[in-house]
Amino acid sequence: MNASSIPWLTLLTAIPLVGGILILGSHLPDGQRPRRFGLLFHALSLGVLALIFTQFDPAVGSMQMVERWPWIPSLGTEYHLGIDGLGLLMLALSCIVLMAATAFSRRDIPSGRIYHGLLLLLQAGLHGAFTAQNFIHWFFYYELSLIPAYFLVKLWGGPKRGVAARTFFLYTMAGSAAMLLGFLATYAATGSFDFAELAQRGKGFDGGLAAIYNVRLGLPELSTRALGLLIFFAIFLGFAVKIPVWPFQSWLPLTYSEAPAPVAMVLTGALSKLGVYGLLRIVLPIFPEQVWQTQDLLLCLALASIVFSAVAALAQTDVRRMLGHLSISHLGYCVLAVVCASRITPLDGNWEVEKQAALTGAMLQMFNHGVIAALLFGLAGWMEERVGKPLEMGSMGGLRQKAPVFAGIMGLAVFASMGLPGLSGFVGEFLIFKGVFALVPWAACLATLGLLGVALFLLNYLRTTWHGALSGDSTRFADLTVRERAWVTPMVALILLLGVHPQLALKWLNAAAVLLTERIAI
Amino acid sequence: MVARAVLPEICTAFLALLVLTVDLAWLTTWSESARKTLLCVVCTLALGIAWILLDRNWEPVAIPTLGWMASPGVTCLKGLIAALTLGSLWLSRESSFTKHVGEYFALTLLAAVGAMILCSTQHLILAFTGLELLSLSLYVLTAFHKDRALSAEAGLKYFLFGGVSAATMLYGFSLLHGATGELLLPKVAMKLAAGPVEPIAVMGVLFASAGFAFKISAAPFHLWTPDAYQGATPGSAAFIASVSKLASFALLAQVTWVGWNPAGVAGNASLGSAKPGWIAFFAFAATASIVIGNLAALAQSGFRRFIAYSGVAHAGYMLVGLIANTQDAAYSVLYYAVTYAIGSLGLIAMSAILENRRGSDAISGFAGWMRESRFLAVCLMVFLLSQAGIPPLAGFFAKFYVFSAALKSHGAPHGVFWLVAASLVASCVALYYYLRIVRAAFEARDLAEAGQAPGMPALWITRAWIGACALLLVWWGCFPDKLLSLLRGS
Amino acid sequence: MTPTWTLVICLLGAILQQFMPRTEPKFARATALLTAFLSLAAAFSGVVNGMDPGVFTTLTRAPWVPGLGIEFHLAADGITHCMLVLTGIAAVAGVLFSWNVEHRVRDFFSLYFLLLTGCFGVFLSADLFLLFVFYELAIVPKYLLIAHWGSKNREHGAMKLALYSFVGSALVFAGILACAWASGVGSFSLQELGKHAFPPDFQRWVFPLLFVGFAVLAGMFPFHTWAPTGHSAAPTAASMLLAGVVMKLGAYGALRAGVALMPQGAAMWQMPLGMLAAIGIVHGAWVALTQRDIKYIIGYSSVSHMGFALLGLLSLSSAGLSGAVLQMFSHGIIGGLLFAIAGRMIYDRTHTRELAELEGLNLQKLMPFAAVSFVLAGFASMGMPGFSGFAAEAHVLAGAWKSFPSLAILSGVGIVLGAAFTLRVVHRTFYAAGAGEVEPSPASTKEKQAHGEALVISIPERLGAMGLIAVALAVGLWPRLLLDWIVPALESPLFENLRKSGGLQ
Repeated sequence: MNASSIPWLTLLTAIPLVGGILILGSHLPDGQRPRRFGLLFHALSLGVLALIFTQFDPAVGSMQMVERWPWIPSLGTEYHLGIDGLGLLMLALSCIVLMAATAFSRRDIPSGRIYHGLLLLLQAGLHGAFTAQNFIHWFFYYELSLIPAYFLVKLWGGPKRGVAARTFFLYTMAGSAAMLLGFLATYAATGSFDFAELAQRGKGFDGGLAAIYNVRLGLPELSTRALGLLIFFAIFLGFAVKIPVWPFQSWLPLTYSEAPAPVAMVLTGALSKLGVYGLLRIVLPIFPEQVWQTQDLLLCLALASIVFSAVAALAQTDVRRMLGHLSISHLGYCVLAVVCASRITPLDGNWEVEKQAALTGAMLQMFNHGVIAALLFGLAGWMEERVGKPLEMGSMGGLRQKAPVFAGIMGLAVFASMGLPGLSGFVGEFLIFKGVFALVPWAACLATLGLLGVALFLLNYLRTTWHGALSGDSTRFADLTVRERAWVTPMVALILLLGVHPQLALKWLNAAAVLLTERIAI
Repeated sequence: MVARAVLPEICTAFLALLVLTVDLAWLTTWSESARKTLLCVVCTLALGIAWILLDRNWEPVAIPTLGWMASPGVTCLKGLIAALTLGSLWLSRESSFTKHVGEYFALTLLAAVGAMILCSTQHLILAFTGLELLSLSLYVLTAFHKDRALSAEAGLKYFLFGGVSAATMLYGFSLLHGATGELLLPKVAMKLAAGPVEPIAVMGVLFASAGFAFKISAAPFHLWTPDAYQGATPGSAAFIASVSKLASFALLAQVTWVGWNPAGVAGNASLGSAKPGWIAFFAFAATASIVIGNLAALAQSGFRRFIAYSGVAHAGYMLVGLIANTQDAAYSVLYYAVTYAIGSLGLIAMSAILENRRGSDAISGFAGWMRESRFLAVCLMVFLLSQAGIPPLAGFFAKFYVFSAALKSHGAPHGVFWLVAASLVASCVALYYYLRIVRAAFEARDLAEAGQAPGMPALWITRAWIGACALLLVWWGCFPDKLLSLLRGS
Repeated sequence: MTPTWTLVICLLGAILQQFMPRTEPKFARATALLTAFLSLAAAFSGVVNGMDPGVFTTLTRAPWVPGLGIEFHLAADGITHCMLVLTGIAAVAGVLFSWNVEHRVRDFFSLYFLLLTGCFGVFLSADLFLLFVFYELAIVPKYLLIAHWGSKNREHGAMKLALYSFVGSALVFAGILACAWASGVGSFSLQELGKHAFPPDFQRWVFPLLFVGFAVLAGMFPFHTWAPTGHSAAPTAASMLLAGVVMKLGAYGALRAGVALMPQGAAMWQMPLGMLAAIGIVHGAWVALTQRDIKYIIGYSSVSHMGFALLGLLSLSSAGLSGAVLQMFSHGIIGGLLFAIAGRMIYDRTHTRELAELEGLNLQKLMPFAAVSFVLAGFASMGMPGFSGFAAEAHVLAGAWKSFPSLAILSGVGIVLGAAFTLRVVHRTFYAAGAGEVEPSPASTKEKQAHGEALVISIPERLGAMGLIAVALAVGLWPRLLLDWIVPALESPLFENLRKSGGLQ
């Protein structure tokens, strides 16, 4: 059997799935062993992913390593897997974040086998969703990732975990239901769930999908345009909740602050990317016309996410809530880029570069934000472990004196998050601004306000907590242990490497961004 | 040839005299139960042998002058009447109530003769005579338990109501005769159909209908029923509930289908095209019976009165079939009457056992029957569910035939749809009270708590009759065609 | 062996129970399990024998009441097979979850198998009259099962169920009679009637009779109120059968006698009845959200789920109809499982069904198996992809979009509410406390000691629960298991009328 005949993508999904079920069904006692098993399976998927990287051709923008089998013919569903550069990078991100989350988890976590089993199932869901090319198939994994996330928050979270988990689940579920309905309408009209095929149908401005809806669905009360918008918004809602975009973000701060820190790492690092990924893979190619029609509105939403969250973060006293708002703000840039890229232009090369820049930037920002935010939440988790209670702004001070290495790593993560040149956070944001400024200048100008806010509160955080004089709570604060340093090193290395040499990631993305740009042009 | 046509009546009447003689001559010194047993054996043997010897393979016979119709099918019906009569006679052994056993048996058998006459006659005078033979015997039978005030009261009530209704009916017959000059039903029909119908004929039909409504205990002429059922001895009550009702419906079906068919007197009960006549009258009576019967049954705590009121409701359902006024409908009513009679016999037998066991016929006394006697409890359920019309029991097909006949009449689908709908709604109410008893019987009750030893004090022969009735209901429920073809005589 | 044997086996099984020794319930149980397995095997026999799902194959045919053209005619196509297999599975699971019945075991199983006879009979009947007879046959056993072995409010619940069924069947009765005569074919055969094109005016008033009459038993709003009371009063096995199979009798009847025979009537009533179905979906879920009794919650969720089946039927589209059948199967499995867990695992051990009281017990620690199965069943019930419910609801909604988009949107609200009440019940029953509390609270320790062994989930329960979950998963992951039987069946001549009138697109 040669390498190309092995269903690598299926394998990548199957490994954590099987691992998760094995650990859940086992009788491993609490302690180190469940965690080690978890790490083993994460390492296995990382290995498979490495093999996939070797076989992936970065010069091709279309789907590679495609696996396609009939599944539910009466519902237009196929088992359809494939990746392009975007998918590949997302797979890499989820492998890294999940591995890190497992490693960052407390060793004495109660009911460890369930915890690590659920983490593996969550990864299976992510891998499945990042590789699926058929809506039902994709939705299956999209929802699969939700269940473990719910239980991870529900069972291991903070004092308000019940409310947090429920809010998180119901918001997402409502979004999913709307999205499902939207897609079922699309299916009823077109008879297909395949992303690529739907993108073909969505193309062209003689009505596109909206015209098909109007003919095939019996809703004479609505005009073609309104019907198209209705279904577009239903589907957009699903992703807007997941990312989240303002005003659907209210579940997030509570969930991120109540979830155990490693779970928050996964939520922000990997799970929220499902939303942006959906915008890039599904919304933009299939509904370019509707995005364009509502561009101003969507831009406002993205800007609101960026700016309001930055302002809200300023007002937080709880560190985790602050980081949660930070996440919303950062992902807002991705949404901004995607929406701007929908600007309708002829394919004459004038705007192509800007659009590609915006889209590449959004993709890269997803990856970088995933790594950085995960690191931030992980570090916050370690701090909580050390002080034994939720972190309050101002309750500690001068930690740098007690834990210089910790402070250094934290500083690096914070600066990366602010988008300091030389660190990975910069590249994505730069590309986004480059594209957006050309496409919609006023939006770019307003978005800079967000940058300002973020810088303001992150620096404030560094100053109060890590610098200055030692204050009461922090006297027995220990520095990073050797083991902790070992786990942090790869992530730090990644941040530095991608900051200095972004081409490492960009070379996988270029072809995909070019293809996407072509798809959404006339 | 002609003898065949009246052989069942002759046999039974002869048997009545024989029983009277035997009892007077030899049995006066015997104990009551021994006399009853012996006489029951005699009756059973006599009627059984008669049935076996009876040739049932002949063409229908008619004696036009008497308006006498006989056929193997009618003979089967008479056989059924004889069997039900035997059942009620055997049931009389369940309690001790009289020293005049011979008279009791003779009267019952004479009433049976009256009932048989009703099945064959198409002559108004003969019909009235048969009815009176049946009724007069029954008045006496109802009051036969002389030590019991309730029995006397019931007898008196039955007699007073019956007398008035007989007078009404006779008056109606005489008006009809006055209008048409005929007494034979086919000729009456011809006269009625020939020319414009005189109002006096319609009056006659309505008066006679009221008399019939009394006999079949349809509301609002049902007031005697609960008292008679409650006051009479089990045997008599069983006879009233089964034989009397069956025979009355047989006659009524004949009279309406053969004699009153012409549209002038029939009237119409369809919505929108209602016209006065016996159909309209019975439509009213049916509605009233169904509503009053079911609602009153709902409120009963005594089992006998309960049977009586549910009987009123069943009379209403049968009337629904009757007013369809087709040949099929007539047979469907007969089918219903037969299954109802069998079920009622079984239920009254149950009530006798209940009274012996618990001392009263309160429905609550059924609690725990499943534990005390599985056989009786299952039979009870069969009777109740058959009356409720649950398949695959005979009662279901009875309702099915009746309602389908009613829907098909008067130019379907409109017909008497409203009446069928009302009946269906009412049968839901009925299901409620039937199921309540089913559940009570099914429920386990601690025997020690009730202060009773296990085992039912029922005679084996009563059990046998109950078993036979239940079996028939199941059998005819599974194969409804058998009974129908039996009745059609084909 | 053919599917006809299901009837024989169940009837014989019911009789055989009466001959089991009274003092040794284990014989009765073993016999019951054997009977159930045999009936499952017989239910599968059609599939195993490779019967063509697209042909309404006659299994048994004999004249019954020749005077009326009524035949004892059993036949099966793909849809029938699905329902038969569902009934067989529910039968086996029901016996497994009734292992703890101690009181009058023989009578219990006798009635249980009588009820199953009625259910199998309805699914197999190819004669409308026969179908009706079997339909009514099921009323009394289910009444007695609930009234005698039930729990809280059993008399009320049982009577309500019986009366609602009876009212429904009275409507059906009228419809069937009208149908048989108006066609003039002198027969009640579904095939014969299927060839007859009823005049539109006739369909206008007969279709609602038939559809609503059957749908009463499928829990259609506003005739659904029997469902929560009946289900919650019933003993575990009976509520499993009620939710799992009996509600399907209604939907099945509505499909065979309503939609297939009178498509034009269906088209005329599509919107109002579809509206009721959609209201049922939302109303059921909404009320479930406010209930305090766990069995009531599941009862109302059944109403909500069966609303999807009815909505699918009324969409008259190919996807909707196959989704409806799939939903019938799926809800049969999942609803049965939920009732089994709530009734057998939780109520029989804790003797309470009140959420407020269950909250304090920390059941997740005491009964981890029950917790996990309930979570899985709950997610299956809320329509998570991967479980059978999702495939079914997706089909139904895809069909609904074509016929009545506004109702499809309304049902979406039902899905969200469904997720909400499922989370609520899972949370309050099992997970009121988190895993972070390493030590079980003192109250729950005491509880555990008090109950001792009784809290251990027994082997039959484990087998039953795992079996049902496996079926729900298998169908969810590979819906073609059933769809390959359902879709061809929709192409059979039985649905000729529907196709002619523009349905099944």
